[in-house]
Amino acid sequence: MISRLSIPNAVKGLPVPGWLGDVASVWLAPALVLAALMAAPLLLSDFRVALLGKFLTFAILAVSLNLIWGYAGMLSLGHGVFFGLGGYAMAMFLKLESAGGKLPDFMFWSGLTELPFFWAPFQYAWFAIPMTFVVPAALAGGLGYLVFRSRITGVYFALITQALALIVSILFIGQQPYTGGTNGITNYTTIFGYAINSPTTQTVLYYATLATLALTYLLCAWLIASRFGRLLVAMRDDENRVRFSGYNPAALKTIVFALSAGIAGVAGALFTPQVGIISPTMMGIVPSIEIAIWVAVGGRGVLLGAIVGAILVNGAKSGLSESFPAIWQYFLGLLFIGAVLVFPSGIMGLLRVEGWRRPEWLSADRLPRFAARVLPGVKR
Amino acid sequence: MSVPYLSKALGSLTSNTLKLLAGLGLILAVACGSEAPAAPASAPQGSAAPAAAAVESAPAAEEPETIKVGILHSLSGTMSISETAVHDAELLAIDEINAAGGVMGKQLEVVIEDGASDWPTFAEKARKLLQEDQVAVVFGGWTSASRKAMLPVFEANDGLLFYPVQYEGLETSPNIFYTGATTNQQIVPAVEYLLNEGKTKFYLLGSDYVFPRTSNLIINKQLEAAGLEAVGEEYTPLGHTEYSTVISKIRAADPDIVFNTLNGDSNVAFFKQLRDAGISAEDLPTISVSVAEEEITGIGADNITDHLVAWNYFQTTDTPENAKFVQAFQAKYGENRVTDDPIEAGYFGVYLWKAAVEKAGSTDVAAVKEAAKGITFAAPGGMVTIHNENQHVSKTVRIGKVRGDGQIDEIWNSGAPVSPDPYLDSYEWASGLRELAQ
Repeated sequence: MISRLSIPNAVKGLPVPGWLGDVASVWLAPALVLAALMAAPLLLSDFRVALLGKFLTFAILAVSLNLIWGYAGMLSLGHGVFFGLGGYAMAMFLKLESAGGKLPDFMFWSGLTELPFFWAPFQYAWFAIPMTFVVPAALAGGLGYLVFRSRITGVYFALITQALALIVSILFIGQQPYTGGTNGITNYTTIFGYAINSPTTQTVLYYATLATLALTYLLCAWLIASRFGRLLVAMRDDENRVRFSGYNPAALKTIVFALSAGIAGVAGALFTPQVGIISPTMMGIVPSIEIAIWVAVGGRGVLLGAIVGAILVNGAKSGLSESFPAIWQYFLGLLFIGAVLVFPSGIMGLLRVEGWRRPEWLSADRLPRFAARVLPGVKR
Repeated sequence: MSVPYLSKALGSLTSNTLKLLAGLGLILAVACGSEAPAAPASAPQGSAAPAAAAVESAPAAEEPETIKVGILHSLSGTMSISETAVHDAELLAIDEINAAGGVMGKQLEVVIEDGASDWPTFAEKARKLLQEDQVAVVFGGWTSASRKAMLPVFEANDGLLFYPVQYEGLETSPNIFYTGATTNQQIVPAVEYLLNEGKTKFYLLGSDYVFPRTSNLIINKQLEAAGLEAVGEEYTPLGHTEYSTVISKIRAADPDIVFNTLNGDSNVAFFKQLRDAGISAEDLPTISVSVAEEEITGIGADNITDHLVAWNYFQTTDTPENAKFVQAFQAKYGENRVTDDPIEAGYFGVYLWKAAVEKAGSTDVAAVKEAAKGITFAAPGGMVTIHNENQHVSKTVRIGKVRGDGQIDEIWNSGAPVSPDPYLDSYEWASGLRELAQ
């Protein structure tokens, strides 16, 4: 794997040589994407803008996963949980505002007669909105501390986070009186007193999401360029060396995992009012794996890659399912297989100068070995 | 496979990466572009619509105006096994209507979307159908969760949804027509029937989500009014398949009847394990409200023979309309396909909408809603009438016993269609439900 230690390399994106390339990749490419996204509401219908707004929340989520997977080498297959927790915190606020002092409808169906104590503070925005970051960050911090202290890494970490996705989604489905169960929480009418479904509110939410995405990008770019970011990359490439150099990898990993989870939570909080529902299906294993696919398709270890991947894959998902409602999943599957086989370093990898080279395994002498590895019928 | 061949094939891949990229760009353009291509209308070519004497073969010469309608069911994911059949029935009705000249002389153009068994996707696709395709009506949904997810979308965009499945009641959206049963057309009369049969010890078993929970809330109130109390109440997660513990608990409680609100795959496991435990319908009868002909196929008829079910329609229901419907359904989709209650409700929902549109003389939502009041239709399961206020339909309640061949014999019916009462206002023991639910 090629280590990318400094920021110009880390976000190197365009096939332009020298300093010009650095400027272009660090600032120009993201600025172009930002400009296009800012102009989108002027060009697209309300529905498409709402859809794009949803994709942008996924883009924030993908950036948060890319931070820990692409740079720190920790593949989390449970990021849907953190997204969901943020989404639920926001949903609790919206539901209480919409219920107007009455008991939310699903609590009544489940036999509750009064509001549970932990729901009560969520009627205040000053509490609920910070909680969209704090709750997932605290869960990730606690879990991360235990896991990283025990020096659990690699695939075992991925499995633990996947188990987390399973556990939390089962918990949320089972606790219907408190979480709305399988249905999730839906049917909000207002947000801060404004009708939540009005085009104006939705446009405001779109720009709020875009601003959050831009801020997240800047935060991560700054973080990666800092000494902290170099340590993350160093840990990814050789954790023992970092430890022997006197750093505490467990603490570093816990901090970045919690931060990533918090960002995912904020993405979830922006998802809920735009889509109008949060449900345990967002927290299960499948959506959590999908997030990793967005990052892989876009380009792991390239900040912009996660954004591009999230928007493209979800765009393809919506577009294909609209055009071929009965068989769209086959196209998507082919796309993923193609992504892994043909451009393993993602779309951003293709854009890099060296990314245009034929993949290593396609060279004449290595191909038979590669074929022997992937095709069980071929003898070594 | 020989390696040189593979090498040649892979060698062309790099140039294909460019094409793939272009393809990705195209997909993005489709997804975010202003106009996504609508799925073609259900092709009238292989449609076996009976008695289509005058098929309007209007050529493209004068470009006949069409009415767009949406169908939104899960065609993928866990719910697709149930929902695809309803989607098929709705397409059948639309084909029949088109073959007979359409609605107000206009052909119906179908836009099909896949809800993918995912509630936020239902909300997204509903918004797409209403805002992008501007369909006049949507037929869709199955789970209460999908309906709850779509409800705010239909209300905000003033759309029209025909929802074809029995549900837990306590809801009246001005933008939804409920063609399945509400509680007083299925669960409440089923409990009444059992009480009249002398059953006193009820065991309530259900999947852990809103429909079983709400149903059992209502059953408990009803039992209380009769001076009884359920001898047990148990919930298992959706998709649960291990029932030996539950069966032991049921045995210990020794009920007269198990009131079963399990959904989906769990029914297969429950009935199979019940039979494996040596418990027959004679020893311990059950009554199910989410097991119809389609599910019996999956459970295996011999596992559930002689158990009871409560619905508004069976494939065996003896009406001339039903004979025609079953014949048309099997002619279009295959001899081995069965029809059942939600399939029938999806089918006649299309006809109710057509009648309302023709009475209103327009597809305008407010006009259709006004015209729909009191509209009747001779459905396969008997006469149905749209209620003046709550937009549910009057339907005949039927209780049946499962036969060895998977069909259901009716053993009781309500005699006449029962007027829908989603908040159970007409039952004294249910007083207060409306206040709490609104």
